[in-house]
Amino acid sequence: MLPDLSTLTVHAAREGLRSRAFSAVALTQAFLDRITALNPTLNAYLTVDADGALAMATAADARIVAGEDGPLLGVPIALKDVLVTRGVRTTAGSKILADYVPVWDATVVARLRAAGAVFLGKTNTDEFAMGSSTENSAFGVTRNPWAHDRVPGGSSGGSGAAVAAGLCCAALGTDTGGSVRLPAAFCGVTGLKNSYGRVSRYGLIAFGSSLDSIGILARDARDAASINAVIAGHDPQDATSLDAPVPDYTAALTGPDLRGLRIGVPREYFIEGIQPEVEAAVRAAIDGLVALGATCHEVSLPNTSLGLPVYYLIAPAEASANLARFDGVKYGLRIEGDGLESMMRETRGAGFGPEVKRRIMLGTYALSAGYHDAYYTRAQRARTLIKRDFDHAFEHVDVIASPVAPGTAFRIGEHVDDPLQMYLEDVFTINMNLAGICGVSVPCGLDSNRLPIGLQLMAPAFGEAIALRVADAYQRVTAHHLQRP
Amino acid sequence: MLTVNEVEGIARLARLALSEEEKVRYARQLSSILDYAAELARADLEGIPPTASVLPARSVLRGGDAIGHHTLSRTDGLANAPRSDGTAFVVPPTLPGALSGE
Repeated sequence: MLPDLSTLTVHAAREGLRSRAFSAVALTQAFLDRITALNPTLNAYLTVDADGALAMATAADARIVAGEDGPLLGVPIALKDVLVTRGVRTTAGSKILADYVPVWDATVVARLRAAGAVFLGKTNTDEFAMGSSTENSAFGVTRNPWAHDRVPGGSSGGSGAAVAAGLCCAALGTDTGGSVRLPAAFCGVTGLKNSYGRVSRYGLIAFGSSLDSIGILARDARDAASINAVIAGHDPQDATSLDAPVPDYTAALTGPDLRGLRIGVPREYFIEGIQPEVEAAVRAAIDGLVALGATCHEVSLPNTSLGLPVYYLIAPAEASANLARFDGVKYGLRIEGDGLESMMRETRGAGFGPEVKRRIMLGTYALSAGYHDAYYTRAQRARTLIKRDFDHAFEHVDVIASPVAPGTAFRIGEHVDDPLQMYLEDVFTINMNLAGICGVSVPCGLDSNRLPIGLQLMAPAFGEAIALRVADAYQRVTAHHLQRP
Repeated sequence: MLTVNEVEGIARLARLALSEEEKVRYARQLSSILDYAAELARADLEGIPPTASVLPARSVLRGGDAIGHHTLSRTDGLANAPRSDGTAFVVPPTLPGALSGE
């Protein structure tokens, strides 16, 4: 008897697979059927690899029958389409990579493959992960399962929608400025943003190399912990992946007792313009943590408002360098022109969408002779102030709590003509990327339109275990994460 | 306010072909984003060092054993090439009057 896929957690799936209540093949087929039924409306998946998924499930069943156990063995998951997967089309949400079939696996993909996870397919994303709504995908917007006229958040919107709609048990996303946490909040699922350097970026199609991180969208903190145990850790292929021990994330989930835990509440994150229901839900969630024994302390992150201008100089600058590799020579689209340079210009002009071009232009300008010091170097110096804010705050508190975003999911099309307004959706998330710290987005209620609200729990760099512990404690005594569209 | 002329200069550096309509739109949009970024001019950054990476800078030298570990075969390397002759990527001539790559 198959379980209800729309609420199936990774740990419940494992329990059923272990006890032979169902096979990995039956579970995978059920997810594929559900995807066939719902994906035409939601557009959460760009590519569904049914044959590959069933082959992986068959192999997982053989391992299960042979007595093997493991946290992800036979569990159907989804991968954001910026993670390269051997033999499966990987587009980064861009026309320029519409037909790109990688010949190798990203490190996280290889690790999940070895652990016996089943890959259902590749999820929609803003082009090259540049966006907060998934509207910048070259392959159409993903619809929010809670309200089909709303965005799922971005850029990992396909992963957020797939988890919320029960189209997979969990999914990988990536987070450069909020791209795991925002879709987690807008879709009512749990999102883990790892510290910079915690997870190898090898095989992640690069956007902002000093900011990119790979994270998880899941039904609860416990699932995020068990997946992170598989993907975290040093990788010789990524010099920025830190060679530091990976804690036992599942063992860190010690229950609902939070006595001794100090929670910081940053005054700069409760600003005018925030949706009142969001503020009320987040403050109620913090009260809930205090009821579990934690203490609450006001903290100040005085340079918070520098975050957006710093980010929108540094991230485009890094993007403009990273995206130089798409030139019509090695892979992807090629438009023939009048000579080499013309071929490159025409290829890039036709292959990149409006937001990607905008950021390449912005980054190129910020790095160009005469403006480099005024924009790029100045942004890097202000970045130091933002990082110091967190360093100082974490001398006094263990986690910092805030909203994930000022409001709930907005309507499709609402911000498309105003890039600056769209960037403001990231105001509470981007500073964590600039500082390299980690955090979790946890569902903490619904607004009056029945749209999910996210609580952001920030922890110091490499403090994933504590952020997950607090999120898990909250989920043990509340039911917000169990609500479904 | 960026001019269309300046936008064309940036697009040249970035190897991006833009339509006339795009040039006008980007001039307006990039200007408003840069105005917003000008907020940084008000921050007191005297004596503050830049942060290029949040991780401590360290030199990484890999052992010789790692060489070849993740290199692609020629076939795999060319597998996604828009044009190749089976042994190399094929590109248009880089210099006027040079021999064609084919």
